Amino acid sequence: MSGGLPTPEIGHITRSDYRNVYEPAEDTFLLLDALEKDGDWLRRRSPTLALEVGCGPRRQPCEHAIDRPRCADVVHGWRRSGSGCVTAFLGQVLGASSALYLCTDINAFAAAITAKTGAVNKIPVDSIVTHFAVGMQQRIAGAIDVLVFNPPYVVTPSEEVGSRGIEASWAGGVDGREVIDKFLPLVPKLLSPQGAFYLVLIKENRPAEIMQHMQDEYGLAAEIVLHRRAGYEGLCIARFWRPGTVEKQ
Amino acid sequence: MRLITHNMLQCHVKGCTTNNFPLQIQDAELETLEAEFNPGFVQRLIPKLHWGALYHTAVSLGIEDLPEQMPEEVTEDLLRAIHKVALETRVKEGKAVCLGCGHVYPISNGIPNMLLQDNEV
Repeated sequence: MSGGLPTPEIGHITRSDYRNVYEPAEDTFLLLDALEKDGDWLRRRSPTLALEVGCGPRRQPCEHAIDRPRCADVVHGWRRSGSGCVTAFLGQVLGASSALYLCTDINAFAAAITAKTGAVNKIPVDSIVTHFAVGMQQRIAGAIDVLVFNPPYVVTPSEEVGSRGIEASWAGGVDGREVIDKFLPLVPKLLSPQGAFYLVLIKENRPAEIMQHMQDEYGLAAEIVLHRRAGYEGLCIARFWRPGTVEKQ
Repeated sequence: MRLITHNMLQCHVKGCTTNNFPLQIQDAELETLEAEFNPGFVQRLIPKLHWGALYHTAVSLGIEDLPEQMPEEVTEDLLRAIHKVALETRVKEGKAVCLGCGHVYPISNGIPNMLLQDNEV
C-alpha cells in the first residue's frame, strides 16, 4: 500500500472460508490503492451510495488451479468473490458514517463474509444476495455514487462462463470480456450524475477499447487510475464518470 | 438487512409489474445496530429514499418514529428519526414478500436473497 490507510482487517476469514471467497490478491490491492489515490476526488463529490458488485460462486480450491494448464492465468481469477475487503476500505476512504455501503454477491456464503468484514472493520456494510444489481436496479437507478466491480476477467473458453462448475468463478470467456460486457450497459443506468465506476481489468480485456466504447455509447469519460504488472496479467483500474459534472468545492 | 436497504429492493419476478414495491416484511426478527449519527449523510440520503415505503414498512414493524409525510422542514430531530429507523433497524431473520405476485425473498442472518429460480426469471 502506498498511502496511509491500513488494509482492512480480514483475520476473521479462515483458510477454509477462502475456498468460497476471494482471498485479496494483487488485483484487490491495486483496487484499494486506486480508491485511496482517488480519495480527494471522490470525497469532493460527496458520495452517498456505494455499491460493490460481486460475481458468483468461488469454489476453486488451490490444488485445482495448479493442475490446470492455464493455472497461471486463473491465479487471480479463481477467488474473485467479494470478501468485503474493498468496500471496508472504501468505507475508510469516505468515512464509515458518510455513505451507505451495499455489496451484492450471487453466493450467500460470500455475502455473509462480506457483511462480517464490514462489521469487523466498523464499516456498516449491507450485503444482498443477487446477480449484479438485480432486484435493486429500479430503485437505485441513477443513484449510485461509487460503483466497484472486480469481474471474472480471465480469458477462457466461452462455455465456461456462467456454468454451474467451479470454472464459472474465473471464466471471462472470449478476451475475458463476456461477464464484463454484460455488466457495462448497467453502468450508465446505475451511476448518479456525480457517480464514478471503478473496474478491474487486465490487458487481454483491451481496456482502451472498453474505455472508448463507454465514451461512444454512453458518453462516460474514462481514465486508468492505476496500472501494475502482476505476473503477466497486466492489471489496471479504470474509472468511468460523467464528464462535466460539477465537483463540489 | 437494514430498512434503508429494504427501501432499495423490488420484486423482479418476470411479469410482476404492479404492487411490486415495497416488499412486505413478514415474520421479522428485528435487531438494533448502533451506528454513528452523521446528519450530513442522512440529509443526502433523503432524496434517495422512498419515503412512503420507509414509513409504511416501519409502521408494519411497530416502529412509529417517522411522520407519514416527509416534512418540508428538515430538523435534526427528523434526521435522527430517519437515522434510527433506516440505518439502525435491521431485519435479522424473516421474509420479504411481494404483494403483487406473492414471491417470498428470504432474509437470513441479516441478508436478503433476491435470487429467483431459473423458471421465474
